[in-house]
Amino acid sequence: MVSKPLVSIVSAGLSKFGRLDGMYCRELFVDAAKEAYDRCPNLNPIKDIEALFVGHMGESYEHQGHTGPTLADWAGLLPKPAVRLESACASSGAALRTGILAILSGMHKVVMVGGVEKMTHRTTAEVTEFLAMASDMPFEQWHGITFPGLYALMATAHMHEYGTTEEQMARVAVKNHHNGTLNPKAHMQKEITVEKAMASKVIAWPLKLYDCSLITDGASCLILTHPDLAKKFTDAPVHVIGSGQASDAIGIYEREELTTLKAARLAGQEAYKMAGVEPKDLDVAEVHDCFTIAEIIAYEDLGFCSSGKGGNLIDEGTTELGGKLPVNPSGGLKSKGHPVGATGTAQAYEIYLQLTGQAEKRQVEGAEIGLSHNVGGSGATANVHIYRRA
Amino acid sequence: MAAKCNECGTVLLPPKPMCTKCLSTNLKWIELEGAGKLLSYTVIYIAPEQFQSITPYTVGIIELKNGLRLPGMIRDVDPKEIRVGMNLKIDFEPSTSSQWPAWPRYFFRPF
Repeated sequence: MVSKPLVSIVSAGLSKFGRLDGMYCRELFVDAAKEAYDRCPNLNPIKDIEALFVGHMGESYEHQGHTGPTLADWAGLLPKPAVRLESACASSGAALRTGILAILSGMHKVVMVGGVEKMTHRTTAEVTEFLAMASDMPFEQWHGITFPGLYALMATAHMHEYGTTEEQMARVAVKNHHNGTLNPKAHMQKEITVEKAMASKVIAWPLKLYDCSLITDGASCLILTHPDLAKKFTDAPVHVIGSGQASDAIGIYEREELTTLKAARLAGQEAYKMAGVEPKDLDVAEVHDCFTIAEIIAYEDLGFCSSGKGGNLIDEGTTELGGKLPVNPSGGLKSKGHPVGATGTAQAYEIYLQLTGQAEKRQVEGAEIGLSHNVGGSGATANVHIYRRA
Repeated sequence: MAAKCNECGTVLLPPKPMCTKCLSTNLKWIELEGAGKLLSYTVIYIAPEQFQSITPYTVGIIELKNGLRLPGMIRDVDPKEIRVGMNLKIDFEPSTSSQWPAWPRYFFRPF
């Protein structure tokens, strides 16, 4: 029995993702906001939007903090309250959840949630250092363990315990790169092969270049309202019917297991229960493939298969476009790109397009129920949202 | 060193000022054994600036007998020789940094 909606998405916007020289967070966010405004002519943004919650991970990139009011100003939303949320790579998933709470509380009728990150003007070494700030300083960063290093530790453990292979991880990259060629806003627009992925340079063994998501510039946003008000703004809203979030120790060495993200499992269970749906009911999902092993672990954590069987799902083609449960039709973080603060609501944007039949060449036919899975850091934060076509 | 709760017996690594199971602040220091089994490892090729001079380097997580885990660098062994499950001992070296954070560094090596 599918539950009643928590909130409705009445519009959504996404900037181009990629290396966007000369565009900084504020310009990127305007691109996303303008698309959302233009999609929804019945909405008067200046009058109707009552608050902004925006995910943004790092002030180091632009030496600019206090992102909330800055983006509210550039998006034409002053003097409405605006808050930045930081939960590493799950920042805008957390902003979405905060927006849901704001609507459910009754304090606001219409809010904008979104996220943004500008990364490509920094060197790879700088980005590696900034991203590592979302891991444990005294025991992980201190020993030179990078973000790819943390997921590589999970990958080695998964390979050892379940026999997952480097080829299976490469196949995740091949799938998501293919999907990216069907998404004009994706950062990468090129097919790759398993051989090419396997031969790419090692970043943190067993993870190679093509196992890693991209350093990307981009912004995303959604406009949320109470389900009873949605029809005032659009004939085709998408309802959010489940929201789950959980936390775990920041250091992976403090967690119960290396082969699963407990916070993601708990967030998924909460969201499924709230939504009244099961994994078999899903038509499409966007999961947090910051590294290819993360997508394999996500299949297991979200109940798409049992523990240790994530590699089989990719081998069998279940999660390809045309498969039983297409995962990351947008290209995912791997090919669409991963502007960290923007990723959570960019996943929701893709699900919004899919459930309203606007995903063009990558459309999952007849998709009615979708899921997004957004992970912060190495899994100390995870949030899962479930959506239904109105 | 780790912290042990005098109320409920929970061992905290890293040591924390309050027990996260029973919220007691009645804790004592205990010494940990100096060796463990390797749970997982990786070889880092792309590193932040302060580690670039030593790439590629190996890091891993070891599990001590009581189930506690520690991450750290693995030295004095060819990455090709490293296996999950191998025994490693913990060695210490003084901090080389005079700036914050200046806590000492430990690393793992084969017996």
